[in-house]
Amino acid sequence: MTRKREFKSQEIYVNMGPQHPSTHGVLRLMLRTDGEIVSDVAPMIGYLHRCAEKYGESGTYQMMIPYTDRMDYLAGMNCNWAYCLAAEKLGNVVVPERAEYIRIVMGELNRIASHLIAFGTYGLDLGAFTPFFYALDEREKILDLFEMVCGARLTYSYFRIGGVSQDLPEGWEQRCNQFIDDFRLRMKEFNDLLSHNYIFIKRTADVGVISPAMAIDYGCTGPVLRGSGVRWDLRIDEAYSLYDRFRFQIPIGRGEKGAIGDSWDRYMVRIREMEQSCDIIKQALRGLPDTGEYRAKVPKVFKPPKGEVYVRSESSKGELGFYLISDGTDRPYRVKARSPSLSNLCVLPAISEGMMIADLVATLGSLDIVMGEIDR
Amino acid sequence: MQEINGVSYLTKQIWTDATWLRFLSLNELGFFLMLIAGVLVLTFVLAYGTFVVWAERKVAGHVQDRLGPMRVGWHGWLQTLADGIKLMMKEDIYPTLADKPLFVLAPPIVFLSAFVGYAVVPFSQNAQMADLDIGVLYIMATASLGVIGLIMAGWASNSKWPLYGAMRSAALTVAYGIPLGLSIIPVLMVAGSLSMQDLVQSQNGGILHWNFFRCWPFMPLAFIIFFISNLAETNRVPFDIAEAESELVGGYHTEYSGVSFSVFFLAEYAAMYLACAVTTTLFLGGYLPPDLSGIPLILSLALLGIFLFWRFKTFHDRSQVSEAIFCAILVAAITLLWGVWPYFFWFLAKTGVLLYLMLHLRWTLPRLRIDQMMYMCWKVLTPVAFINILGTGLWWMWITGIPKNWWPY
Amino acid sequence: MEIQEIHARLAREFPDAVEAPPEVTSGETFLKVTAASIQDVCRFLKTESDLEFDSLMSLSGVDYPPEELVVVYHLCSTLRRHRVVLKVFVPREDPKLPTVSSVWPTANWHEREAYDLFGIRFLGHPGLRRILLPHDWEGHPLRKDYVFPTEYRGIKCHD
Repeated sequence: MTRKREFKSQEIYVNMGPQHPSTHGVLRLMLRTDGEIVSDVAPMIGYLHRCAEKYGESGTYQMMIPYTDRMDYLAGMNCNWAYCLAAEKLGNVVVPERAEYIRIVMGELNRIASHLIAFGTYGLDLGAFTPFFYALDEREKILDLFEMVCGARLTYSYFRIGGVSQDLPEGWEQRCNQFIDDFRLRMKEFNDLLSHNYIFIKRTADVGVISPAMAIDYGCTGPVLRGSGVRWDLRIDEAYSLYDRFRFQIPIGRGEKGAIGDSWDRYMVRIREMEQSCDIIKQALRGLPDTGEYRAKVPKVFKPPKGEVYVRSESSKGELGFYLISDGTDRPYRVKARSPSLSNLCVLPAISEGMMIADLVATLGSLDIVMGEIDR
Repeated sequence: MQEINGVSYLTKQIWTDATWLRFLSLNELGFFLMLIAGVLVLTFVLAYGTFVVWAERKVAGHVQDRLGPMRVGWHGWLQTLADGIKLMMKEDIYPTLADKPLFVLAPPIVFLSAFVGYAVVPFSQNAQMADLDIGVLYIMATASLGVIGLIMAGWASNSKWPLYGAMRSAALTVAYGIPLGLSIIPVLMVAGSLSMQDLVQSQNGGILHWNFFRCWPFMPLAFIIFFISNLAETNRVPFDIAEAESELVGGYHTEYSGVSFSVFFLAEYAAMYLACAVTTTLFLGGYLPPDLSGIPLILSLALLGIFLFWRFKTFHDRSQVSEAIFCAILVAAITLLWGVWPYFFWFLAKTGVLLYLMLHLRWTLPRLRIDQMMYMCWKVLTPVAFINILGTGLWWMWITGIPKNWWPY
Repeated sequence: MEIQEIHARLAREFPDAVEAPPEVTSGETFLKVTAASIQDVCRFLKTESDLEFDSLMSLSGVDYPPEELVVVYHLCSTLRRHRVVLKVFVPREDPKLPTVSSVWPTANWHEREAYDLFGIRFLGHPGLRRILLPHDWEGHPLRKDYVFPTEYRGIKCHD
């Protein structure tokens, strides 16, 4: 007599994170999976929440600058910049030309540094260890340059309302030029090592496709939006600072290896953006005025007139906006940071249904989120 | 008195009359020799395992633009020893809800499956524990036992990520066993035997008689399939999805710590080296020297001499003793092997090259996804291996002529 | 399109819902929209072919004690290159208004954040839970009268 056996299968819930190697910080993803197939993802954020906006309200305008460093800690300069832009617009401060050039150099250098981390950790997510070390090696050199100008390597607080905290040290331009020249050679190595690797393409092409309409609907910005083939870059479309003086391309995803808006496109947009940033830095170093103020005369007690502004700028992750309300005192009435990573992450549940776990990791890595910025 | 007699009778019966010894066709002396040989091989595997771990870290370091371990001993050559001691002194943590017996048993089973395969590895003409008639099949069988240990580890951990790792490794090992077995068949057809010694001896007569250089392009193809399948069987990059740390945290050994973890670790390297040893035996002439009239020998000895000369000319005080010891061991080992035991030297050299290949791949390539791996196994490697068998058969018939009795009826 | 034109366009469609942009001496001006009609206004702004506000840049809450909470919508059109600021004033005692997460999916998390930090309830939201703070947190920290707790689950904080 044979007994019929019934095999039952059921979906299981798995916690990916908050401590997990590839969630890029303390992100927790609740997965409902059917074996290797993910049927639902629920991101849970807030493990790094410090309520920076409350801090912003309780201090003066200048006191918020160090907190912006801690938002996107991989691109502190860009966060400083976005906040200072908002404060300057609120207080009608005119930034001297030399300061603008310095800011552009710093912003673009930090963009490269941030994209290098994205490149390296993306390799780690896909199981390739070596790119990470190559990327960090280059990033260290950028951090050395930052250390020369402001003494800090991660949380710079270099920008001030009306300029930057101090002038460039002697010989800095030459070192920066030298670095850019060397870095361009290293970029070729990066591409050989990872970008055009057969396995890498197999793992990223057609994975996590975000259509252009979807990207805009979900508020994706930066490389995620451009990876979907939307030519939208605030440095050109809303040319703030002196970006209208510079000539550079906006790389967009073209679907070279798969569908437009797949993980490979997003990854490649970052790689190409690094090359463009090199161009911008070269131009900025050429155009940097030899003399001039590095900071506008801004009173110590900075009291912008009553009003409100929403100013956004192109951070390395996307559109970083600051919404400032002034009530005429020396403290902002409301500081709201619109962080790009938050919007970039909220598209994940929509695209990850039916993926394999490995693909989920690849997609998450290609979104390049920073938890400090999401949780604030 | 009676008891003593009884015991002695029992012992006598065991040692002389026991059928299992007869089955192995051994007498007492042979049994003890076998034990000693086993201990020797175990020592070799452990020592070599620690060396491979060090080599892996050095290779990784230099691939990644850094130095790797540099502190313990000259260029960190004692680092693995230090790490081993550290791991042994650490607490073994058992998860509260783990199935403890299975949890404890899993690492030894994995290690055992990697280790028992060494019984038939011909390190040299005489240095082989047992020249089984079915040597290759024996290794295939024991090596695939390891997956039982991995599944046990994954299941007993009572945690979801290890379970994923165990499931993946089960799928992987079962699937890749097939191209692995199929890619051996061309070699067996040419050698006409399953015994490891016969396989080596069939490649006697210089480098061009090695299986890898025979029967182009079929044998190299078999070599490539065999090598890829071995990477998968030993969970190496690009097939390390069973312990993919960016996806599954640590795979089946997520919950392990201390000694149990180090046993897993060692088992991985033992399995890797076993894979290299079998590849060498099957395709690269085993322990046979390449027979190039001693040119490479002189060349490499000269290079070694230049290296040592250069090292000791620019002497640093700090690592003087350690470096001297390392170099002395190196020189002694090479001289001894070369002069006294050339076969063993060549065996080590060939496996070393394969091993380096595995290490270098690990630090260069990203990881595949499981469905891509299954695709590669079932839809690429397996059919190619079948065609390869056919091709080798035809080639061999063309060389040796169609046998008279090819039609059995 | 300038804000006056946008207002004129909206005033034609929703006569009672939108107020004219107030004159401001510094910074940006805005359109005041009634709470009940915000969803329709947003849908109109997004779908109308000459407006096409396809992107919600930011959704913030602002607290004006003692009476009002404000929800501020910063909209932008990536196609037409214009932007507009909408404001909805809701009573502080019972702050609720329709969700716009059906118009822009990105509003989902932004609204959850506003709910978390200000206690503004978005009606029709597909899962209005706390997002940044723990689910059992009491109070809404960005309100101006928020008192910092000195204890949470036995963790004491000495000020």
